[in-house]
Amino acid sequence: MAHIVIIGNGIAGITTARHIRKRSDHHITVISAETDHFFSRTALMYIYMGHMTYEHTKPYEDHFWSKNRIDLLRAYVNAIDIEKKALSLGDGRTISYDKLVLATGSQSNKFGWPGQDLPGVQGLYSYQDLELLEENTENIQRAVIVGGGLIGIELAEMLATRDIPVTFLIREEWYWDNILPIEEAKLVTRHVYEHGIDLRRSTNLVEILAGDDGRVRGITTDQGEEISCQLVGLTPGVHPNIDLVKDSPVETGRGVLVNDYLETNVPDIYACGDCAEIIVEGEARNRIEQLWYTGRMQGQALGRTICGERTFYERGLWFNSAKFMDIEYQTYGFVPNRPREGDAQFYWEDEGHRHCLKIIYNQSDKVVTGMNVFGIRMSQDVWHRWLKEKRDINFVMTHLPEANFDPEFYKAFEGEIIEAFNRQAGTNLQPSRQPGFFQRLFA
Amino acid sequence: MSTAQQHSNSDFTPAHSHHGGLSAMRLVGLILFLVGMATFTATIFLGNYQIDLARLDQASEKVPAEVIEKLSPIAGKTFDSKVEMLNAIESSINADGSIQPYQLGVYKLWLMKDALRGPIADNPWLWFLLSVGLASLGGILFHMAQRNTLPGIKHDHIWFSSMMNRGIIGILTGTYLILFYILLYWNAEYFTNTITMFDPISQFIRNLPADQWFLYGFLYTMTIVVMGVRMFLKYRHNNYHLIRTASIIFFQFGFAFLLPSLMERFSQPSMDLKNAWPLNYSFFMDWNLSSLLSSGNFGLFLLVWGTILSVVLVPLFTYLYGKRWYCSWVCGCGGLAETLGDPYRQLSNKGVKAWQVERIMIHSVLVFAVIMTVMQIVNYTSGGAIFGDYTWRVNQTYSFLIGSAFAGVVGTGFYPFMGNRVWCRFGCPLAAILGIVQKIKSRFVITTNGGQCISCGNCSTYCEMGIDVRWYAQRGQNIIRNSCVGCGVCAAVCPRGVLRLENVNPDERFNVVLDDEVLHSVENLKKEIAA
Repeated sequence: MAHIVIIGNGIAGITTARHIRKRSDHHITVISAETDHFFSRTALMYIYMGHMTYEHTKPYEDHFWSKNRIDLLRAYVNAIDIEKKALSLGDGRTISYDKLVLATGSQSNKFGWPGQDLPGVQGLYSYQDLELLEENTENIQRAVIVGGGLIGIELAEMLATRDIPVTFLIREEWYWDNILPIEEAKLVTRHVYEHGIDLRRSTNLVEILAGDDGRVRGITTDQGEEISCQLVGLTPGVHPNIDLVKDSPVETGRGVLVNDYLETNVPDIYACGDCAEIIVEGEARNRIEQLWYTGRMQGQALGRTICGERTFYERGLWFNSAKFMDIEYQTYGFVPNRPREGDAQFYWEDEGHRHCLKIIYNQSDKVVTGMNVFGIRMSQDVWHRWLKEKRDINFVMTHLPEANFDPEFYKAFEGEIIEAFNRQAGTNLQPSRQPGFFQRLFA
Repeated sequence: MSTAQQHSNSDFTPAHSHHGGLSAMRLVGLILFLVGMATFTATIFLGNYQIDLARLDQASEKVPAEVIEKLSPIAGKTFDSKVEMLNAIESSINADGSIQPYQLGVYKLWLMKDALRGPIADNPWLWFLLSVGLASLGGILFHMAQRNTLPGIKHDHIWFSSMMNRGIIGILTGTYLILFYILLYWNAEYFTNTITMFDPISQFIRNLPADQWFLYGFLYTMTIVVMGVRMFLKYRHNNYHLIRTASIIFFQFGFAFLLPSLMERFSQPSMDLKNAWPLNYSFFMDWNLSSLLSSGNFGLFLLVWGTILSVVLVPLFTYLYGKRWYCSWVCGCGGLAETLGDPYRQLSNKGVKAWQVERIMIHSVLVFAVIMTVMQIVNYTSGGAIFGDYTWRVNQTYSFLIGSAFAGVVGTGFYPFMGNRVWCRFGCPLAAILGIVQKIKSRFVITTNGGQCISCGNCSTYCEMGIDVRWYAQRGQNIIRNSCVGCGVCAAVCPRGVLRLENVNPDERFNVVLDDEVLHSVENLKKEIAA
């Protein structure tokens, strides 16, 4: 029985622990400085908005951990002694391990802006950030958010529920158009404005200004404007948290460098989740995957590896999802933000600008390679099957109703979508017959 | 070209924010509602009392002449206090204690109604409008004020709310509801002036004076309508909830309120045609069976319908659509829970212990109800030869403990403390039967969408039945639980589109979530076979 120590109790670390427990009797210790128990980081926003309390964001009841013999330790790890296989903790204790998993997550990016460390300036990643946000937003008149990714728009939504006016600076022309194609980026941009957010496009932060009390009092932009505010939310993305191993024999790049088995260069030390940088042979850029889903999948693979069954981490078909204020988003396969050579695309958007579908396929053989959908729920199983079976656009269009995962009685857009496709492609496709309402009632 | 390019530039400027506290309309609505509720409460204390033997209109039908005769010593005397009047009546008519408590309550109620003097007796319509009318109007305005907000999930600030997170306002609301139910069920004679306000409308609909049950039925229906308006606005982006709420209002207004009132108007036995046994626990009681069997064809129809509903339709529809067809589309208790109770749904306990308690309690009540009903039927067919007086005592105990205390006082009064489905989850014997059918053989299932769950917890938090939905969703397992009433809120609040309520082939409902252990051995087996 070995002692497995996991640093970090986020989705990657916890999934690793659960899967080690499923297949072994090893002694497992999970160390976190952030919280006593595993919580859903993606749900932090709901705590601030009053949809949930912290307790609700814990995916397992507190008794789960002792029942599954997973020891939880609330501590900060200062250093790793690789020779002695021991960790020194913030409270002076040392703890030894047989195998070590680094699942230390991310840190918010800061790009050296003047004033970026002033009181009232913060990112949003950890539970402590959320607590700080409560303090920082007490009785404020305006907030400025810098950086238009997923966290930025979440922060804008959060602040709006507290009736705090928000100015949201993005360097892109349209929201997230470094990831999303223009049409989708415009749809979300419009929705952000609809929520009363003062979105400033193609605008960069120049300086964060301090008031007499030493707290933030405003910012200046590269459009020459000064905006008065009492909170600056810095949300230009995150980077792997490698503070612990930066100066150790464990090799790092942007993140902790690992191979496809999530092994570092040091035997018995592994890394997974946000902090891991997976080396891609023959490519200029390694992979850093900072999603909930990939953290979970990496944890599953690593759990096996640690239990003696060395497992290649395979991400599988790409998928992701998010919610932009009131509009849900799913993506399957690969959708580039700007058209690639050889790609054809189909795009449909409803009149109310709340639903859209983008499908990318090869010009030559019409095989579908990726899709984005906003405002319509679609089945992951069905889309994965289509992408795996290399279905062509005509097949996908014809069978589109089968992928619908919206609640019962929702308006079906498939007819409209196929009609739009027929107009664009000059085809005459008909949707595969879906059982009617009464047939479904008595099927 | 894509429609996206047709966006006009004016769309890309910030809209006027629709957040922003209490709008004028919302404030007016709130004030009207509070004034209405205050007036309603004040009516209990309004007026004075005088027994006039020549003017006992309503009581003369309900109270025997020999009891009325005993009232002559206090006749003509004016009492300012309700309590003194009631004491005087009691000491006049029941000096020897020979009247059964239940009967005594009925006599007091009708005598008090006739004895009432003062503003409500003079102007019942006016006071009805000032209380029920204002409160309803205020409630509708309060919710209508939200009509300009953007459609989407509206759960902001719920856990900061005193009303919705067991703060002082929530506690006061719960206490008010509990006191209301205690008065209604066991002390309706203290409610007479309030009941009198309902006389004109009761006369109009039923051609009968109002009693406490008419008052209750009217307020119940009105509450579902007003809070139904709230649901229509809250979920205007979600057709499932719109149709479901319309169904609830239709069945409450038509089946629970209007039809039984009309049956009474035409002097027939009255029955809520959707109220199935054993939720309707008095259906097989001897007095009901006698009443139905002695009321000609209509009575016979009710008997046959009630039996078919409970024995055939309930299991059949539950097989087809799951428990939801009844619990969150048709049922009155469910209807109140889904409208008045919706703001409290997050207060249900999601712990494993609560689940254990739930299973023990709800099935115990079912066993209790079944035993009672068997005793009733045996007693009825044997003319009381086998169980005799015991049946009556069992009925009394059930009516008091389960029918009134649990279903009413706890069922509604505990909304602000334990969520809106306390009765449905822990007590309702019909829900227990539906739950067993749903678990064993039904097409209903909540399916999960691949690996999309982010374990955020919205589904579990807003499950009124206390199901830890996330536990299933995050492992990609379909949800098939006895208690699920199919309200659809888990699917509505999910920010990643993971959950969907479906009717499928019952054999394809259970998706086995393969533990990696199993997956692993399957893979090895495949390799071995290949080799």
